[in-house]
Amino acid sequence: MKFKCQLCGERAVIHITEIESNDDVKQLHFCYRHAQEYLKETESPSVEGTASAMPEAAAAAESEPSIQCPVCGITFEEFRQSGRLGCPYDYEIFRDVLKPLLESIHGGLRHVGKVPRRVPADTRRQTELIKLRQEIQQAIAVEDYERAAKLRDKIESMEKGS
Amino acid sequence: MDLNDLATRNGEWLRGDGSEADIVISSRVRLARNLADFPFCSRGGELEKREIETQLRRTITEINAEKPLVFFDVGHLTSLDRQFLVERQLISREHASAEGSRSVAIAPEEDISLMVNEEDHLRLQVLHSGYSIRQCWETINKLDDAIEEKVSYAFSEEFGYLTACPTNVGTGMRASVMLHLPALAMTKQIDRVFRALQKIQLAVRGLYGEGSQASGDFYQISNNITLGKTEEEIISNIEVVVPTIVNYERTARRGLIKENKQTLHDRVSRAYGTLRSAQTISSEETMQLLSSVRMGVNLNLIEDVGIDLINDLFIHSQPAHLQKLEGKELEGEDRNVARASYLRRRLAEGRTNGEKRANIDPSAQ
Repeated sequence: MKFKCQLCGERAVIHITEIESNDDVKQLHFCYRHAQEYLKETESPSVEGTASAMPEAAAAAESEPSIQCPVCGITFEEFRQSGRLGCPYDYEIFRDVLKPLLESIHGGLRHVGKVPRRVPADTRRQTELIKLRQEIQQAIAVEDYERAAKLRDKIESMEKGS
Repeated sequence: MDLNDLATRNGEWLRGDGSEADIVISSRVRLARNLADFPFCSRGGELEKREIETQLRRTITEINAEKPLVFFDVGHLTSLDRQFLVERQLISREHASAEGSRSVAIAPEEDISLMVNEEDHLRLQVLHSGYSIRQCWETINKLDDAIEEKVSYAFSEEFGYLTACPTNVGTGMRASVMLHLPALAMTKQIDRVFRALQKIQLAVRGLYGEGSQASGDFYQISNNITLGKTEEEIISNIEVVVPTIVNYERTARRGLIKENKQTLHDRVSRAYGTLRSAQTISSEETMQLLSSVRMGVNLNLIEDVGIDLINDLFIHSQPAHLQKLEGKELEGEDRNVARASYLRRRLAEGRTNGEKRANIDPSAQ
């Protein structure tokens, strides 16, 4: 079961557990926007993690409302709504706004675990492939099959070159 | 292997053996991985999903050539079969309800399941009965290495394995153990345990993961954090906590026996009696009563039924399993009647078997 925001019914992406003074716990579920509002209202020095991270992320996003991934086309706004990123490159594009969020979720900001054995492939080639695949989707959507076929060939030749 | 064959067995997670198996039901590790040159699933079209499937299917088949996994095309299964795989812990509820091309590769022993096109392109899962979280990690790590040799995973030096949801980024790892904690629940100490776990960044979930109820007093404990900790640290953190909770549960059970044996004995016997005689019963009530009986058997308060049968009934009385075993679709009240009749029959058989055993070898009890 996915939780819905208790204020607007949108999909909830932030889940808050409040510990009341009598030691009871209260579970709250919010969409990104209502979580921000809730945290602003209840902001207290004790909730450093989320409370400070959220407005910062929001402010950064608001100052640049057009922030969009050139590879998969997702906007930061869309990510905030769904809670899901569009492609691996988003971590680069949204880096500044994601970092406070990652810190509030994980506490840490740097990967220290396992590293793939294979030498990481050329990022530019990978993002180019994602872009071409997105373009094929668009071409098929408008029934431009000639263009889709050309893009297909291009992807295949890039894959062979790897 | 087809799904109807699976229905008659009780699967890996409720096999009921392994270390500390009276309390630790099962251990599981899952890894979230994505291919580097595709968009994440939510952004990918059907064409891309099919391409991801083809590529991963080829890879998975190649690396498991000696011990082949069995593929199921989840998108084309009936909703009953999908629910069935969820009940067996072989796919997630998200995978069952998602759309588009998606599949799962399962080992015949049901200890390995690889979901393709779930929230991430690939979700690897290794699950063992009992307390064996480290073994799960060792197995899954090797499997991950083997796949990694053939495909390029989305990875950044800074953020680690890149995942569709930022809550999984880094190691992409979720390590969890499923615990049966009826005495802590009965003595109302369970909330205190959970609060302590939250403080050390471990999450507590119900039987079927995120958002599910703690049905039958089963609780899953898992790491919240995936970025900034090594896989080893995540496993160790779980290893520190589990024996402590197991001890709490044992202490609570001892306390109940010492101070309230009569009440406890009455409670588990009534639960047993209801299961043996009910004419209609819901899945939720069955889980709750089986939970009491399971503890009763473990504490030797109920002696004419084996723990294997009780473990078996936990899974076989669930909606999709029951319908598979009955060989037909059953709705609402019909299902509850069928469940009650199934439980009566199995428990009656279990008792006769128990008595036969007792006749042959009186010391067996």
